[in-house]
Amino acid sequence: MLQLAEVSHRYTEQPVLNSVSLTLEAGRIGCILGPSGCGKTTLLRCIAGFESVIAGDIRADDLVLSSIDQHIPPEQRHIGMVFQDYALLPHLTAQQNVAFALHRHPARDARLLAMNFLNRVGLSDLAGRFPHELSGGQQQRVAIARALAPEPQLLLMDEPFSNLDVTLRQNLGQEVRQLLNQLGTTALVAMHDHQDAFGLADDVGVLRAGELLQWGSAYELYHRPADRFVANFVGKGVWLEGRVRSENSVETELGTIVGRMITRFPADTRVDVLLRPDDVVHDDDSPMQAKVLSKQFKGSEFLYELRTLSGAVLLSSVPSHHNHPVGQSIGFRLETDHIVVFAQTPAAQD
Amino acid sequence: MSDIAIIPARALPRKHLPRRGEDHRGFGLIIWLIALLASAPLLVALLSLFTDTGDIWAHLFEFVLPQALFNTLLLVAGVATITAVLGVSLAWFVATCEFPGRSFFGWALLLPMAMPGYVLGFALAAIFEYTGPLQTGWREMFGTALAFPGLGGAGASILTLSLVLYPYVFLITRQAFATQGVRGVEVAQSCGYSPMQGFRKVSLPLARPWIVAGVSLAIMECLADFGTVQLFNFTTFTTAIYRSWYGLFSLQSALQLSLVLVVLVMSALLLEKRFRGASRYTSNAMLNPHRLQPRRAGLISFYCSAVLFIAFVLPAGLILYWSVRTFSLEFDAHYWQLAANTLMLAGMAALLICSAALLLAFAVRNAPSRINRLLSRIATLGYAIPGTVLAIGFFVPVAALSRWVNATLLADSDKVLALQSGLSVILLAYMARYLAVAHGPLDSALLRISPNIEDAAHGMGVSGARLLANVHLPILRPAIVTAALLVFVDVMKELPITLMTRPFGWDTLAVRVFQLTTEGEWHRAALPAIAIVVAGLVPVLVLSRRNN
Repeated sequence: MLQLAEVSHRYTEQPVLNSVSLTLEAGRIGCILGPSGCGKTTLLRCIAGFESVIAGDIRADDLVLSSIDQHIPPEQRHIGMVFQDYALLPHLTAQQNVAFALHRHPARDARLLAMNFLNRVGLSDLAGRFPHELSGGQQQRVAIARALAPEPQLLLMDEPFSNLDVTLRQNLGQEVRQLLNQLGTTALVAMHDHQDAFGLADDVGVLRAGELLQWGSAYELYHRPADRFVANFVGKGVWLEGRVRSENSVETELGTIVGRMITRFPADTRVDVLLRPDDVVHDDDSPMQAKVLSKQFKGSEFLYELRTLSGAVLLSSVPSHHNHPVGQSIGFRLETDHIVVFAQTPAAQD
Repeated sequence: MSDIAIIPARALPRKHLPRRGEDHRGFGLIIWLIALLASAPLLVALLSLFTDTGDIWAHLFEFVLPQALFNTLLLVAGVATITAVLGVSLAWFVATCEFPGRSFFGWALLLPMAMPGYVLGFALAAIFEYTGPLQTGWREMFGTALAFPGLGGAGASILTLSLVLYPYVFLITRQAFATQGVRGVEVAQSCGYSPMQGFRKVSLPLARPWIVAGVSLAIMECLADFGTVQLFNFTTFTTAIYRSWYGLFSLQSALQLSLVLVVLVMSALLLEKRFRGASRYTSNAMLNPHRLQPRRAGLISFYCSAVLFIAFVLPAGLILYWSVRTFSLEFDAHYWQLAANTLMLAGMAALLICSAALLLAFAVRNAPSRINRLLSRIATLGYAIPGTVLAIGFFVPVAALSRWVNATLLADSDKVLALQSGLSVILLAYMARYLAVAHGPLDSALLRISPNIEDAAHGMGVSGARLLANVHLPILRPAIVTAALLVFVDVMKELPITLMTRPFGWDTLAVRVFQLTTEGEWHRAALPAIAIVVAGLVPVLVLSRRNN
């Protein structure tokens, strides 16, 4: 449905997007993850047509939307956009805001359709309110209804949950996913929180300084990150130094770690091994002991920070009925079916 | 009650009691006095309703009011329309479009503010007059058979005032567009509207409060204008008031006309206040100006250049040219006298007004009751009142006071008091008109001195005059300089008050410009005008630096 081929953009001298390529199949939800200032918003604005590209092309179903020679104006792209600040029109009610996007319909139909979509986002009771009379979450729902009402071929959302609190963003994320699936809408969402992204998206990409480092499923990004930046960005973990033993084992200060390596290295290569909190499993019977340095209660689990006898610091995710005080030694073992390893010197990485 | 409960209460140091309350009455008195002085003209105009006016009203109704009212409303409608169109379009282009010279026009388009209407007016009149370059060229091309499409008094007044006043709309609306303009169009585009529809359906309605506020300011200035309409012989309320006084020597009818004018001004003022507080929409997102096709960008540059050329470059250039040409003929000791009078008046006014404004701001800060704040707002209302109204509103009571003193206290002596022919009326009228100009910067600077600073100084044993000298004055100094500068320049440009109430021998540069242009001596008026324009540039440059 959406194809980007080596898209580049810059405002002045500094490139903002550098040869970004990705494909989003129809009906799927894609997510661009990245720290602020990485170019996420610019990427969405290029796809929406608010910015032009300086190289590459953007296509929707093989129709060129943007290239160096061609630029279809935003209003003819049939792409919906949810702006980060929602951009509701303050002089219109919620219903009028949604109907605003339905100007190709007769006024009566537009009003009915607007109500229909407000109903879908659970706001039919508040249709007559003005934006300033709505909470942040409600405003966001109106913005989503407005973007979806004309049934765009593609929906773009810029940091849709960044102004909402944690519970609200999780609930709304699920609702949005259901709604998009119901309507069969293809969507591309820019975000900076990997957990929001994993909850919403089918395909996830990580953007850093205008470069798309990886584009794949959430599972793939978490377990097979393309590089250290992606690995660090999509989840917590600690890095241990190690030396490759064979094609499925690495020697570290915690002993030999066994599992399928995501990258193959010749034996004896010095590598860094990533251990995620879920790779470190609490086990009272294990001979390996570590002292609890600190702990964070996360509801269903604790995130323990542990120091092993050898001095390594690990993170471990432990079901929350295992409540151990700070300072206590507890047993743990490593459960790694595949190992994330990167060569220690950048030169050896490729 | 046990002693334990009493001891801490008695040990409570007096300092912790609300110290600010102690001088309440003194401050209150100051505020009342300033508010009363500043609003005296309004009271005088109101009181005139209850005096027996004989058949003045009948006369006014028959001969003056219909025309003055019609012309004034025509002027307001014309100026409101043109300033809105010019101000909004220029603001939109500068705030949201990328075109050659964009940042230059951002401040340069404010320059016409530097020129008083009566100066721009005579420069344009010189271009358009029978022997001027346009008409001469027209006759050479078409002969005398085809009459030159003249503007007439109404058209010329509307055009001149619009060119001088559009910067108000431009300045205020640009802020609205800069914060939400492009985003509004983008929202519309994402909903399938064209950029032009987006401007009409989103950006324009969202900017409406700012536009109305800017246009109301322009309307207020336009209602207050005297020099321009007098120059073009276009009878509005201000000129009618002037003529009642000078031509008919009828203070009563001048007062009655003032009252009607004040009602018009207050309507514009209410309009402005109502829309200033309207809901705001701002976006913190980065907003990039639209990049346009080169041809369109070129057209916009041309449009901005054309406005700037007609409203400033051409008239300022002409005035400069004439003043250089006439300098050796015109410049003599008389000009030193005019300049000295102007500087003296402006200096005295700046000193008086800044002191009063500072006193008012201080007093309200120390006694911030609701009534005092209301009084402070009433005291600064004078900026909306036309100078002609203020002139007559102070002249009448001061003359009455002198008469009363002569009839009672000086009845037996051969001395005669004539306060109204001294400097008191002119300075009081200046104060009423420009108190707000000085009060604005001083009040906001005073807000920045937190009471904690004062408390800290008190804690270190610094108080009274030393506190004022070591804490307040250094912090307030930039604001005092700004306030004095603004008042100084405004008084230099001021025409009706100066013209109507200056003591004998106190002609200023502005009065000289007025006298020469009344006689159609455009070229000779250039020399005194140039000083006024140069002085007028100062606050515009300050303003544009603050905004960019």
